Amino acid sequence: MKRKKINLNLLVGCFVLLFFLVTMVVSFFYTPYDVNAIAVSNKLQAPSSAHWFGTDPFGRDILSRIMAGTQTAFFVGSVVTLIGVVFGTLIGGFAGYVGGWLDEIIMRAIDALMAFPGIILAIMIVAVFGTGTLNTAIALGILATPGIARIARSGFIQNKQLEYVSAAKSIGVHPLKIIFREILPNIYSPLIVAASVAFAIALLAEASLSYLGLGVQPPDPSLGRMLKESQEYLTTSPWFTLAPGITITLLVLGFYMLSNGIRDLTDHRSK
Amino acid sequence: MTYVVRRFLLLVVTLIFISVITFLVFQILPGDPVRTMLGPDADEAQVETLKQQLGLDQPGHVQYLHLVEGFFQGDMGDSIRFSRPVTGLIMERLPITLSLAVISLIIVILVTIPLGIFSAKREKKWSDFFLSSFTQLGMAVPTFFVGMVLILFIGMSFQFFTTGGYVPWSESITGAIGSLILPALTIALPQIAISFRYVRNAILEQSKLDYVRTARGKGVSEAIVIYKHVLRNSLIPVVTVFGLILAEVIAGTIVVEQVFSLPGIGRLLITAVSYRDFPVVQGIVLYIALVVVVINFIVDILYAVLDPRIRLKS
Repeated sequence: MKRKKINLNLLVGCFVLLFFLVTMVVSFFYTPYDVNAIAVSNKLQAPSSAHWFGTDPFGRDILSRIMAGTQTAFFVGSVVTLIGVVFGTLIGGFAGYVGGWLDEIIMRAIDALMAFPGIILAIMIVAVFGTGTLNTAIALGILATPGIARIARSGFIQNKQLEYVSAAKSIGVHPLKIIFREILPNIYSPLIVAASVAFAIALLAEASLSYLGLGVQPPDPSLGRMLKESQEYLTTSPWFTLAPGITITLLVLGFYMLSNGIRDLTDHRSK
Repeated sequence: MTYVVRRFLLLVVTLIFISVITFLVFQILPGDPVRTMLGPDADEAQVETLKQQLGLDQPGHVQYLHLVEGFFQGDMGDSIRFSRPVTGLIMERLPITLSLAVISLIIVILVTIPLGIFSAKREKKWSDFFLSSFTQLGMAVPTFFVGMVLILFIGMSFQFFTTGGYVPWSESITGAIGSLILPALTIALPQIAISFRYVRNAILEQSKLDYVRTARGKGVSEAIVIYKHVLRNSLIPVVTVFGLILAEVIAGTIVVEQVFSLPGIGRLLITAVSYRDFPVVQGIVLYIALVVVVINFIVDILYAVLDPRIRLKS
């Protein structure tokens, strides 16, 4: 009998993410060419040994720009996930622990927000507060919050009925201490899965907003905006579109695989 | 309270909630919204006139009620950039976005259900890892990138497809389809990858139940077992999935209209945002909210029609 099944999702996901993480770190110190160096005589070169992914209409090296683009992607993803996890856990934990009509109101609000296409709310927030890397991240962070809150809430509801919580209550442990010190450590694994999914969605949303011209603005590099810039040259220089597009897809795929891998892992353990 | 009434109340609550959020977001606009709209060169008189025009000189709750009243009367004020009623601008572009959304949904349904049945029949042969990778790929690929790849590999090879711009239905039906089919496919492909696994799982779950074994035991043909018994009983999860992807399809049209230069509501929204044309942004957000919420309501009602247990339980 086979004792252990290989967790392919976790393995492949970690490998892909590690690859991009290393790429991002390296890009701070080294890119094959200067990210913004314009060399018009070199414009729209096909991929070659000198320029692995070719050059853009300004003669800039596409590989270097993709490497720099991963910095923005990881930055936005991290900020969004941080906002989502912190506020999601607070709101969801509060609703789940307190319960009653307050929980009902918070949950209806969350349902309403989640029924609505996220990108449109993001566009609305950006319309009001302006574009740019940080604003994009904050707008997407607000959108990530309800989903995580819902997961945190169900974790709290399950746990607050368990004996260890009633035991803590009966010896007079402060409610805040019960929430953060007792229950929270027990719902880490669904929260990590949710955070990983939030990261993936944030990357996609950042790319979409930047593609629409409403997200990350120059000079900050962005994979989504590269795709927008490439559209005009789609038929003549397809690599300009394919390279950043495939990069985004792989990056997002890495996070989805990671989240599924962790879920499989923890499901397995709980059995 | 009956099921339908409860669902309807939820619809109303959701709409109120979204309208309040939309209203508040435009209230907390940093700085003076009117000045932002008019630009730095506007003088005091211009600012006052526009404020009165937009009703911004009134207290908050009056403004909100005014917004709600206008919403139901189809009067969302005038666009700042186009100097025309917002509702008119939206209605002009609605046919394009609506056609796009409907064609995408048709493609999703036409592909997902047969694919779900097909893959359920090959339960053992299609490994879960392969299926989940396919689904994850569908979730990971940005919609607009799918569109660009389709333009590159299909749009350029066949004359039939128009890959930029829109041909109205009244002008040419084949032309309209030609200009909408690739964008619709762009929206549909990732949704198919995500939803067919739900159909597959629903069918697999049903096929293991006793009534299916009984039907097979009686010698009912496989086609009738699948289509008459299993598929019907799998409809609840299938309807849920289509309810869920609907919001995705609407969000998809916003982005995909940009890829294919379709002058629909998405393009209007993007233009409005770049020109800080807030009445238009507000109008579009609220009407999209209405559509999404009403469709969710219809899905809820469909549950009750498909499965009386849901109706009776509450």
